[in-house]
Amino acid sequence: MIVRGTEPPRPRADEVVRLDGVKRHYLVGDEVVRALDGVSFSIRRGSYWAIMGPSGSGKSTMLNILGCLDRPTEGAYWLNGGNVADMDDDELSDHRLRNLGFVFQSFHLIPQLTVCENIEVPMLYLGLGQSERRHKAESLAERVGIAHRLRHLPSELSGGQRQRVAVARALANDPAVLLADEPTGNLDSATSVQIMALFQELYEQGKTVIVVTHESDIAAYAKACVVLKDGLVQSVREGVS
Amino acid sequence: MSVLGSLWPFVRLGLTDVWRHKTRSFLTMLGMVFGVGSVIAMLAVGEGASQQALEAIKRLGSQNIMVMSVKPTSEERGNSGSQRGQLAVYGIKYDDETRIRETVPGVVMTVPARMTRRNARLGERQLELRVVETIPAWFDVVQRPVLAGRVLTEHDMRERANVCVLTEHGVRRLLAAEEMIGQRIRIASGLFEVVGIVKNETGGTVRAPDSEADAYIPIITGTKLFGEANIRYSAGGMEGERVELSQIIVKMKDTAAVEPGSKAIEALLARFHKKVDYKIDVPLTLLREAERTKRTYNIVLGAIAGISLLVGGIGIMNIMLASVTERTKEIGIRRAIGARRSRIVIQFLINTCVLSIGGGIVGLLVGLAIPLLITLFTAMPTVVQPYSLVLAFGISVGIGIVFGLYPAMRAAALDPIEALRHE
Ligand SMILES: Nc1ncnc2c1ncn2[C@@H]1O[C@H](COP(=O)(O)OP(=O)(O)OP(=O)(O)O)[C@@H](O)[C@H]1O
Ligand SMILES: [Mg+2]
Repeated sequence: MIVRGTEPPRPRADEVVRLDGVKRHYLVGDEVVRALDGVSFSIRRGSYWAIMGPSGSGKSTMLNILGCLDRPTEGAYWLNGGNVADMDDDELSDHRLRNLGFVFQSFHLIPQLTVCENIEVPMLYLGLGQSERRHKAESLAERVGIAHRLRHLPSELSGGQRQRVAVARALANDPAVLLADEPTGNLDSATSVQIMALFQELYEQGKTVIVVTHESDIAAYAKACVVLKDGLVQSVREGVS
Repeated sequence: MSVLGSLWPFVRLGLTDVWRHKTRSFLTMLGMVFGVGSVIAMLAVGEGASQQALEAIKRLGSQNIMVMSVKPTSEERGNSGSQRGQLAVYGIKYDDETRIRETVPGVVMTVPARMTRRNARLGERQLELRVVETIPAWFDVVQRPVLAGRVLTEHDMRERANVCVLTEHGVRRLLAAEEMIGQRIRIASGLFEVVGIVKNETGGTVRAPDSEADAYIPIITGTKLFGEANIRYSAGGMEGERVELSQIIVKMKDTAAVEPGSKAIEALLARFHKKVDYKIDVPLTLLREAERTKRTYNIVLGAIAGISLLVGGIGIMNIMLASVTERTKEIGIRRAIGARRSRIVIQFLINTCVLSIGGGIVGLLVGLAIPLLITLFTAMPTVVQPYSLVLAFGISVGIGIVFGLYPAMRAAALDPIEALRHE
C-alpha cells in the first residue's frame, strides 16, 4: 500500500519493471472504468511470468503499461530503474524499439505489407540493411513456421498464421523483454507447443518473458504467475526457476 | 550518405504508398501539374509579350525623341477662331525642325516626315498605302532591316527622284511574290520606281510610325508632287486641314541627353505654338513605362499562378489528411513497434514530397509545352525563362512540404494506444 506523499521504494537493480500502486482508469461518459485499480508488482530480469485472470480483469491494460504503450493514471512505473513518468515520448519509443517485443492480442499486422515486410518493420527502424533484414525475417519466419507464406498479405492468412507472424515480428529486434498477449489464443495445440517452446528457449537465453493467457497449461510454462481480478492483483505465485 | 541510406527505405515506402493509390495520387498530382505548368506558361507568355513591346520601343531608338503633329481638341480650335469652311492649320512646321536642330543642345540630327494615305496602283491591283515623305536619314534613326534593294539616298534627294521603298507588307499585298524591285507603281498622281523593300514593324504595344503598308519617298519628291503641306478636305469640302510635317524624329547624342532634350523641345514648341497641336514621345520613357508595366503584369500573373499552386497544395493536404485518418491503425502499429514521432512525420512528408515533386516534374513539362503550343497556334511570342522553371518547381516542392507537414504532424501526434484501437 502506497501512502501519498511518501517516496515509493526505489526498484532493485535486477528489476526490469516495477509497478507501484498503478491505476489505469478510463472515463466512459460519466462512468469511471477502473481497468487497473492499484497494482503493485515487479518483474526481475530473466524471469518468465504468466498474467492470468478472467476476461476484463485488466490483463491487456497491464501489458500495455508494461510495454510502455500506455501510461498509468496514477502510481509509479519504474523501467530499468528510471521512472517512466520522467521519460519523454522519444525515450519510450526507443525503449520499445530496442528492448521490447510485443505480441498483440489482435496481432496488429500492417495490412498493406507482406508477411516478410511486416517482420522487417522493427529492423527497418533499427536501421538494418536490406539484405540483413531479409535474411533475419526469413529465419524468424522459419522458426515460427510461416516461411512458406512470406509473400502473402496478412488478409490472406488464417488467424493462427497471423499470430505466428506477430510472434516473428516481436522477435525481430532481439528484445530483452517479450510481452505476449494471448500468443496461442488462435493456435492448435501442436503449434501452441511449438510457440511455447520458442518462448522457453528465449527464457533460457536470459530474456524476460511475460505472457498473458487464459489457459492454465500455457501458464504452466511460466516460472511465476500473477492473477488479476477486477483490476487488482488477486494472487501472486513466484516459483523457483 | 548514411543519412540518405537510412532514409531510402522510407522513400521507398513513400513511393509504394503513392503507387498503391494510383488514381488518388494521380488526381492529387494534377493540381500540382497545372499549378506548376500555369506558372511557367503564364510567365513565358508575359515575358514574350513584354519582350516584344520592349523590342518595338527599342527599335524606335532609345536615343530618339518623337515630335508629332496632333489635331488640337475642338475647344482649342474654337478658341483659335477657326470657322467652318476654313482651313484648320496646325501641327509642326519646317521652322520647328530647324529651331530644334539649331537650339536644343545634344541634337545629332532631325528627321522630318510627312505621312499621308494615298492610293497606289500596280496594273490591276490597288492598295491604300501610307506614304511617308522623309529623308534618307530616316533609315538611320529607325532601324528597319532591308530585305531587298536599297533605301533612300542623298542622290534621290538631289535628283528629286520618283523612287520609293516599300515595306514587305505592302509588297505582298500589291504583288504576291513576283520580283518587285524595279517595278513602277502609281501613287496618286506620280509614278514611282520601287528601289527597296524593308521589313515591317512587328506589332508591339506602342504606336509604331510605320506598322502597315508603307511607301517611303524622298520628301523633296513629295513636295514636288503633292505640295509643301498635307491639305485635306472633308467630304463636303467645308472643312479642311493643313499640316506641314507629321513628325520629326530627333536623334540625341546619347540616352542621357534624351530627358533634358525632350524638356527643351517642349519649351521651344510651347513658345511658338499657341495651341497644343503637337505631341512628344520619348521611347526611353516608354521603355521605362513598359518595364514598369511588365513588373505589374508579372505580379498579377504570379498571383494567379500562386493561387493555382495553393489550390494544388490544399489538394495535397486534403488527400494526406484522408490518408492519415485511413491509416491511423498503421501509425499506431508503427509507433507501438518503436517508431519515433519524427519517423512518422518523415514517412508522411516523403509521401507528400513524392506527390508534389512528381507533380512538379510533370508540371515542368506541361509548362514547357504550353508556350510552345501557344507560339505554334497563335504566333504569339513566348519566352520561357530558366528562373521560372526553378521558381515554379521550388514553390511546388515547398508547398508539398508545407501542406504535407500538418497531416504528418497530426499523424505523429496520435497516441499509440489510441491509434491501435482505431478500426
Ligand atoms: N479504451 C478503453 N476505454 C474504456 N474502457 C476500457 C478501455 N480499454 C479497456 N477498458 C476496460 O478495462 C477493463 C479491462 O480491459 P482489458 O482489455 O485490460 O481486459 P483483459 O483482461 O485483457 O480481458 P480479455 O481477457 O478479454 O482480453 C475492461 O472492463 C474494459 O472494458
Ligand atoms: Mg486482453
